[in-house]
Amino acid sequence: MKRLHIPTWLERQRYLLDFTLSSLGRRKGKNLALTALYAMVVFGLASVLMYTQALRGEAMRILEGAPDVVVQRMVAGRHDLIPADRVERLSRIRGVQEARGRLWGYYYDASAKANLTFLVPEKFWGKAGEVVIGEGVARTRLAAPGEPFPVLASDGSVVILKVRETVPSPSELVSTDLVLLSEPDFRRLFGVPPDLYTDIALTVPNEKEVPMVAAKIRGQMPDSRPITRAEIARTYEAILDWRSGLVVLVLAAALLSFGIVAWDKASGLSADERREIGILKAIGWDTSEVLAVKAWEGAVISLSAFLVGLLLAYVHVFVTSAPLLTPVLKGWSTLYPSFRLTPTLNPFLVSTLFLLTVVPYTVATVVPAWRAATTDPDAVMRS
Amino acid sequence: MIRLQDVRRVFHQGRPDELVAVDGVSLHIEGAKVTVLRGPSGSGKTSLLALVGCMARPTSGRIHVGDREVTSLPEHFLAEVRRRTFGFVFQQFHLVRGLTALENVMLPAYPLGGSRKALVIRAQGLLDRFGVGSRSRARADWLSGGEAQRVAIARALVNDPQVIVADEPTAHLDSKLSAGFMDLVAALRDEGRTVVIASHDPIVHDSTVVDRVVTMRDGRIVGEEP
Ligand SMILES: Nc1ncnc2c1ncn2[C@@H]1O[C@H](COP(=O)(O)OP(=O)(O)OP(=O)(O)O)[C@@H](O)[C@H]1O
Ligand SMILES: [Mg+2]
Repeated sequence: MKRLHIPTWLERQRYLLDFTLSSLGRRKGKNLALTALYAMVVFGLASVLMYTQALRGEAMRILEGAPDVVVQRMVAGRHDLIPADRVERLSRIRGVQEARGRLWGYYYDASAKANLTFLVPEKFWGKAGEVVIGEGVARTRLAAPGEPFPVLASDGSVVILKVRETVPSPSELVSTDLVLLSEPDFRRLFGVPPDLYTDIALTVPNEKEVPMVAAKIRGQMPDSRPITRAEIARTYEAILDWRSGLVVLVLAAALLSFGIVAWDKASGLSADERREIGILKAIGWDTSEVLAVKAWEGAVISLSAFLVGLLLAYVHVFVTSAPLLTPVLKGWSTLYPSFRLTPTLNPFLVSTLFLLTVVPYTVATVVPAWRAATTDPDAVMRS
Repeated sequence: MIRLQDVRRVFHQGRPDELVAVDGVSLHIEGAKVTVLRGPSGSGKTSLLALVGCMARPTSGRIHVGDREVTSLPEHFLAEVRRRTFGFVFQQFHLVRGLTALENVMLPAYPLGGSRKALVIRAQGLLDRFGVGSRSRARADWLSGGEAQRVAIARALVNDPQVIVADEPTAHLDSKLSAGFMDLVAALRDEGRTVVIASHDPIVHDSTVVDRVVTMRDGRIVGEEP
């Protein structure tokens, strides 16, 4: 039996690692190119995964603040303004604690080339003629508190409002394009008559009653569409999953082709490497030690590629807001022109990525060396 | 020291190009002596040397190293015997390119573990002993033939083996360096080491250092002197 002696084993591994590092150093150009290529693949995969994860987090945060049920009126399949008298009717439905008419809408800001969301909050704390804006709006419009905020009204006139303050918010995705204003200002700007709302938000304290409430609404008001929070959540999920699935598929294909290249490179051990393995065996190295060196080699390359790729992806997604991914992944990019995601690092994601990259590469390096390492070392005497 | 009994080494056995490189050799290589294998090209010297040095297993026959029967040992133990008992000097020297002379000398000791500092001192000591100490930081590919050979000898000795096996060690050396090599061999034998050399260089088998010359032809031993 081979007895395992721990200190010797450690010392041996240190020697083997030293040897691996100096081996890698000897083929610096090739190994650097390989690591860079590999890091790029990891970067791509990690970017998509981190980005969707972060978007999902943002979406969930939005949902936390969302009403239990939103009721819209539908006219010819399109969302239309809803009559104010329905607030009263809806609040009488069993299970509904409160119904509240909401006013909100989109406004295309031609100067900033961005869509803004105008919203009348439940209790607007400003005066008439004042707006409270999100950080994103402040950024794109370069508007600071106290400065004028001109808006093109629906009748063609320009209404000059005044910025009261800017609001930070837990989720930039929500607040960034937000403009809060008073009800009269909203109605004046968008030409909404006093007896109409954009939609109606309901508070249903008992979650189990939500489906029943929704069914009742559909029965009583056939032209209305109740949207529950669960439905919104599902929609977010579906959009994110579908889009990220698409991108992950493309990247997986890239990873696969990289794997093939790597396999090819490793299995086609160069004559030099083959000769080296022969020498090592001839001077008394065991097959397992030759393979350990190969394993270290694969591990060093793939681990550094993994770490570099991961770091770059983190910077890409959370520091620069993923400029390379927004066109594909953020369907709502016109709605939300720019926002910064809340940095998170999911351990599950990191370990999945680790298993997907480091392990196969290391195996791909070791397996082809097997054949070279198990041949009789006397071959080296004849070359 | 090393005993071979009716050893055969057959390449491509059972195929049309079957070739018997070593054909029923029985030989006793004594300890602390210098033995030279000679014979024409293709006579099986290198093949026999590989069997003696546990680099390959015979197709049939038995080999004892000391009182250990090595023919049936699994590969892991064979590697162990190889690195503890034998030091090899190859015809092409076979230094690892890109590594320094010092690193090359240290290589056979890596699988044994042990302190790195001690190993460096030992390796440097060997290089000094063979007059190439000043070249220890030079990359192996930049060494001259004579230097490379001395580095190769230093590498063969780093694990302090009982047996030195050398295949055509003087093939790339001029007469003066070849004579110098035989002086090194004498010194190694005087330390009590066993030396086995395959060579058809007259400088080697005519040397007074050599205790025994074994002549081979077609894989067989055809003469021994004395
Ligand atoms: N791996 C191998 N496969 C096939 N034939 C081989 C192999 N190794 C050696 N041989 C053959 O075995 C025979 C003996 O070869 P070997 O190298 O032992 O001779 P040698 O005496 O060392 O010759 P030289 O003086 O040229 O080095 C030769 O005919 C050689 O072609
Ligand atoms: Mg030969």
